[in-house]
Amino acid sequence: MSDTTVILDAVAIQRALTRIAHEIAERNLNGREVALVGIPAVGDHLAFRLGKFLAEIWKHPVHVGSLDVSMHRDDLDHRAAPTVHPTHVPFDVTGKTVVLVDDVLFTGRTTRAAMDALNDFGRPKYIQLAVLVDRGHRELPIKADFVGKNVPTRANEKVFVRLTEDKHAMDEVVLGKK
Amino acid sequence: MSWHRKHLLDIESLSAEEILTVLDTARGFKAVGERAIKKVPALRGKTVINLFVEPSTRTRISFELAEQRLSADVINFSTEASSFKKGETLKDTAKNLEALNADFIIIRHGASGAPHFLSRVVNSSIINAGDGAHEHPTQALLDAFTIRERKGKIAGLNVTILGDILYSRVARSNIWALTKLGAKVTLCGPSTLVPKTFEQMGCRVTHDVEEAIREADIIHLLRIQHERQRKTMFPSIGEYTSLFGLNQARLAKTKPDALIMHPGPINRGVEIDSEIADCERSVILQQVTNGLAVRMAVLYLVNGGKVAPETAG
Repeated sequence: MSDTTVILDAVAIQRALTRIAHEIAERNLNGREVALVGIPAVGDHLAFRLGKFLAEIWKHPVHVGSLDVSMHRDDLDHRAAPTVHPTHVPFDVTGKTVVLVDDVLFTGRTTRAAMDALNDFGRPKYIQLAVLVDRGHRELPIKADFVGKNVPTRANEKVFVRLTEDKHAMDEVVLGKK
Repeated sequence: MSWHRKHLLDIESLSAEEILTVLDTARGFKAVGERAIKKVPALRGKTVINLFVEPSTRTRISFELAEQRLSADVINFSTEASSFKKGETLKDTAKNLEALNADFIIIRHGASGAPHFLSRVVNSSIINAGDGAHEHPTQALLDAFTIRERKGKIAGLNVTILGDILYSRVARSNIWALTKLGAKVTLCGPSTLVPKTFEQMGCRVTHDVEEAIREADIIHLLRIQHERQRKTMFPSIGEYTSLFGLNQARLAKTKPDALIMHPGPINRGVEIDSEIADCERSVILQQVTNGLAVRMAVLYLVNGGKVAPETAG
């Protein structure tokens, strides 16, 4: 792990999430119609953190869920079966503005799978996308509405988002080799 | 996450980690069954053939529903309407199914090892839905899933399997799965149906039913398989019931939180009292629900297992 670079440290992650929360609040004036849905294994933690910030801004609790997308992926024939994480969407998404939350936006295929999976739970009025890191290399016409940091990367690199929720010593985002 | 197998042929060759991968994955699929839309596109465009060369209702229905909920195309092939009656060999039948581009063949067969044989002669993924008295891997996985769901763990639990062990593929698969996961397995039944040789599989054998169930956390009952017995292994059903059937008097001497399991079909009044089958401690119908989730998980994992491990990521 010698040739790795820290892209965001704990303070920068905190700052980025605070800013994203304010941007979500600015874009969506009625907070009661907004639900955050994180994509495991990291996006669900980020959604939970954003939910706390937004609850402070809006002064009311915010719906937060987690959505596993593995069964909806389009690459299941080209890889070992991805780990199935719990899905927990304890509210009706129909008519709501659902903000999908993921750690890294790369090819866009996870986001596509997430929009597909979300359809099984209802018909949101709007779907928006918040990501901590956008690393480029899109393969689908997908763009994030809220971005913590844009990071130019090479295809053979990998972005690791490590959070204390996953028992890491501290929050950090690291760019390393695959 | 560790699953790189193209087939599910038995439990014996699986590691504890692989078994746990199935159980963890099944948890996600169980949640799918609780949604308004119970279908996911994981196997869209795939063809699954249910090749049931031995009668089965519940396992076939469970597999069929699992396949449909994964969006696969499903064909059922049973003995009654098959070319086996016309003299075709299993290999030729399977080769024909492969020629139709079947991605998965789910096989139930009276001959032990039939799924293993198929896995060597065709390219489709093979899933064993019960082969002779050998194994019934998805049953053992759903039993383990049910135990873990209800008890929170498997390691260290006392599991007693009671009944016709000799002819039971369910028993064999359960013994492999549960001992690999660290449970202490006790087998009990008439000595003709529960020979001491089973101790070689790492479990305890006793013919004293009260002793067998006294400390059990799980009491797993098996049906007497008349169809597999070539000669009478015990004097009468009545005698079996009085000596080994689970009744209220026997149940009163067990741990109050011991769970009652049965792979079905149950014979009320033979191996189990009717009221016990319906009591709170019976998880027989939860086993059925969990079977669907486990079979979805197996199909999902085996589909990914066709790909070489290094391309995963």
